[in-house]
Amino acid sequence: MMADPMRIRATSKDGVVNVKVLMSHEMETGQRKDAAGKLVPAHFIQSVSATWQGRVVLSAQWGPAVSKNPYLEFNFKGGQKGDKIQLTWTDNKGDKRTDEATIN
Amino acid sequence: MLSIKLKVALALSGFALVYTAHAQQKPAAAPKAAAARIKQAAGTPKSAITAEFEKFREVMEEASPAELFEAKGEDLWKAKRGPKNASLEQCDLGLGPGVLKGAYVRMPRYFADADQVMDVERRIVHCMVTLQGYKAEDLAKQPFSNQSRTPDPVSLVTYVAGQSRGMKIAVPQKHSKEREAYAVGREIFNFRAGPWDFSCASCHGESGKRIRTQDLPNLTTKAEAIRAFQGWPGYRMTGGLMHTLQWRMNDCFRQQRFPEPGYASETIADLLTYMGVNANGRVYKGPGIKR
Repeated sequence: MMADPMRIRATSKDGVVNVKVLMSHEMETGQRKDAAGKLVPAHFIQSVSATWQGRVVLSAQWGPAVSKNPYLEFNFKGGQKGDKIQLTWTDNKGDKRTDEATIN
Repeated sequence: MLSIKLKVALALSGFALVYTAHAQQKPAAAPKAAAARIKQAAGTPKSAITAEFEKFREVMEEASPAELFEAKGEDLWKAKRGPKNASLEQCDLGLGPGVLKGAYVRMPRYFADADQVMDVERRIVHCMVTLQGYKAEDLAKQPFSNQSRTPDPVSLVTYVAGQSRGMKIAVPQKHSKEREAYAVGREIFNFRAGPWDFSCASCHGESGKRIRTQDLPNLTTKAEAIRAFQGWPGYRMTGGLMHTLQWRMNDCFRQQRFPEPGYASETIADLLTYMGVNANGRVYKGPGIKR
């Protein structure tokens, strides 16, 4: 199954870009049991990175403690209105998703 | 079914809340603090926990996970699906086929083609049946979100609701059937029955009531009726599930130990008409977030 797109909002103010990202992901810890008492296999985002003009502006390593449908917000310096920013996540099953947004 | 990570998250937020409450009590003098606590227990001012949660909600509303479901709903709305391989773009939500802006805050309303008063979910199900060829029985089988699945109508309702963000609630009462729905809805709201001799009004007919830390809105008053509408459809952090008012009504009946009402039934449309009309004139903020 293909992962659902991220929702990204990036706004520039006084030379600082504020980025808000919503990701659609189950983020299963691997410790929960289903109705039949069987362990639900772990399935969570392991790494997140944000790039702007080919430069990595954020790189994060995540684990099962991050909530379902995670929300990420961060700032970085230098981006201009109209620039593009790319977000990528990779999960423990090797699934990957990249989305792009324009800074405004 | 609470997942472990959620339990942890709840435990952590509980800790923060308890800590705040404790810090607030510390400097107050004994009689004053006692008086404040009694007042707080009566629910008149907002309890510290509610205030904390509302702060959290404000932050979360800027980027509510409900948006993910809005996006999914939009795709579903526009996609050709079902046995008839049709999209929902010809679905008339009361303002003409395909007109979504402001439709949500003007429902439930009377629809001549179905000769029924319909709330948004009932109408969407109607469209999925008439336009796309789905079977109503199939859609009613498992209509509510659970850990493994978010039913399509839930995402669709969320998308449609998002198109009324910032608009005033204006549930119509022009047609005689709409007025009848309001009257019947009011009856249902006040109808006491079941093993606990409960009605909706038992919890929501008086101001200042609460269950545990949850303040309960008095849905019979103009000032508080909006709280039945606001935040729905809502992303519930308990379980991380998207729910609509259809689910909320169903769950209230369950809590009252009533028989389960039919999915997308007249009962629910009537109740929502009653509550919607009471909230008329207030601004709807769009899909929200619930604890």
